[in-house]
Amino acid sequence: MSTGTTSPIDSATSTIGNGIDYVRTKLEVFEGDRLGQIGLATLFVFLVIGIFARPTTIEFLNLTIPGIAPHDPGERAVGGRLESPSAAHPLGTTDMGRDVLSQVIAGTRVTLLVGSLAAFMAVFIGTNVGLVSAYFGGWVDDVLMRITDIVYGVPFLPFAIVLVAILGNSLVNIIVAIVLILWRSTARVIRSQVLSHKQRPYVESAQAIGAGHLRIMYRHILPNVLPLTFLYAAFAVGWAVIAEASLSFLGFGDPNMLSWGEMIYNVYTANAIREAWWWVFPPGICIMLFVMSVFFIGRTLEEVVNPELRHQE
Amino acid sequence: MGLREYVVRRFLQLIVTFWAFFTLLFVLFRMMPGDPTSMFILDGMTPEQREQRIAELGLDQPLYVQYVEYIRQLLTGDFGQSFIYREPVTDIILIRFMNTIVLMGTALVFAYLIGVTFGALMGWWRNSRFERGGIIVTLMARSSPEFWVGIVLLSVFVFWLGWFPSSGMRTTGGELGGGFVARYGSLDFLRHLFLPALTGAIVYLATPTLLMRSTMLDVLNADFIEIKKAEGLPERTVLYKHAARNSILPLVTVAAIATGAAMGGSVVIETVFNWPGMGREMVRAVNNNDYPVAMAAFFLMGSVVILMNFVADLAYVYLDPRVEYE
Repeated sequence: MSTGTTSPIDSATSTIGNGIDYVRTKLEVFEGDRLGQIGLATLFVFLVIGIFARPTTIEFLNLTIPGIAPHDPGERAVGGRLESPSAAHPLGTTDMGRDVLSQVIAGTRVTLLVGSLAAFMAVFIGTNVGLVSAYFGGWVDDVLMRITDIVYGVPFLPFAIVLVAILGNSLVNIIVAIVLILWRSTARVIRSQVLSHKQRPYVESAQAIGAGHLRIMYRHILPNVLPLTFLYAAFAVGWAVIAEASLSFLGFGDPNMLSWGEMIYNVYTANAIREAWWWVFPPGICIMLFVMSVFFIGRTLEEVVNPELRHQE
Repeated sequence: MGLREYVVRRFLQLIVTFWAFFTLLFVLFRMMPGDPTSMFILDGMTPEQREQRIAELGLDQPLYVQYVEYIRQLLTGDFGQSFIYREPVTDIILIRFMNTIVLMGTALVFAYLIGVTFGALMGWWRNSRFERGGIIVTLMARSSPEFWVGIVLLSVFVFWLGWFPSSGMRTTGGELGGGFVARYGSLDFLRHLFLPALTGAIVYLATPTLLMRSTMLDVLNADFIEIKKAEGLPERTVLYKHAARNSILPLVTVAAIATGAAMGGSVVIETVFNWPGMGREMVRAVNNNDYPVAMAAFFLMGSVVILMNFVADLAYVYLDPRVEYE
């Protein structure tokens, strides 16, 4: 480990301070960017809906927050099947007499879960691979980049279909299949960025004072490429959600976790696509809005990472 | 490193990638639940017959023998027999592969024609209402999964307006027979092709549009554009002859990569529109445990992706002499 002049406490507080500054500068970017603001607001609405979709009990406060969903998504309504929207069922019912609105609200959770977990894991793997590959170079770089090339040769959706068929269609397996492909773009981009940082004087000075490899990689270089990681995370959320929706639409979704894509699959298998517009459009529009919100945020982050774009517009 | 050396190295890499892809396929399809005989047990197969079938398929051999045999079969284009159709897989898959290529090829051609024009205009009229609206529309298309775009088009053009047929490749049966012209030459076929191709075009439009716009912005900042304007050339000439032409280069590589990526998208589009292509066949094969067909479809899709990535890399160094080889 390096023995710099700053004490551990100093460096810890300065890290927190830097962190707050960092977040503030990041949020400043959204000022004056209408699309980015719309993206953040939409994402926030989905977050609230997802978290409070079902009744939640906070045990130690002995408090129960009622869920947003008016019905249990699996509950069969007394009325009828394939009912068009009414006061009791604002978005109508399914062929099994279930409330569409409640299913859409409950599906928000699945989307949030897939989007956040898959994107986090993909970007985590991708950033580490890129960092290690570029920092060590030589055969390490060769091996890691050849693996990345090979993953680039695997078609995304067909691979996910086969993997889910082998491992079984649970949400965890779907996320694993998505992550196994999605990390590749982050790895390439982070690698090229780290390659340029490796040449800069600050890395040389860190080496001169005897900092170890891990310290240089994670304390010195990583913070500089982190904005790019965030950018790729935003896009990864979008791609993961699209991939999960497509897989579910094809009938490979998790039967116990009703997602928006799976709702549309159900419409298809019930042969109701022609008449039951109230059952098809809400989940489809939700997928589109959700992915749009993260792409809008991604676009704003892109301008942070690549300031040239800002001057042009 | 010179150009020749780069190409040779990239070619060797291609071979390694293909080998790794073959191996991945082998591992994945050996992990599939059940063995190929489990489909036949329902037919009242005795244990002896089962043993015999396993021996026929060479599944009693040690794994490395199976592996070598498997590579040999792939290289000779022999994918075995379909468990369901009881026909050679090659016969089943090739014709569907053609159908997929026709569909996705049409979609990509339209995506790039529209995308390049649209993107160039967005760059040209920057900071206008047209540009801002264009970006939103493009991002909207990019945020929609293929099946969602397909369903919206179906609802509007088929269920509401009734202009197009809802599914399949032609009105009368026999979707797979006939020669090339007979299959793809008729007006009826074009009516069936329109909506699925439009779906693909809308989804793949976003990448060329946004890329064209941003390279246009770069090119428009260059001095030679100012000079051309100062020479008094009409705006339109500057736009088409000078700005757009110089912006198109990066799109070539992206187009090659997109062609590979579109293979995955075909799975969804073909399912929505019941298109008798390879993607839909793959979904059906996986659902019915028809592993030889599923594997052949996966193999062809992966091969297109790998070859297209290779073409993209070569096109990149060939078209832009400023590129330095790593």
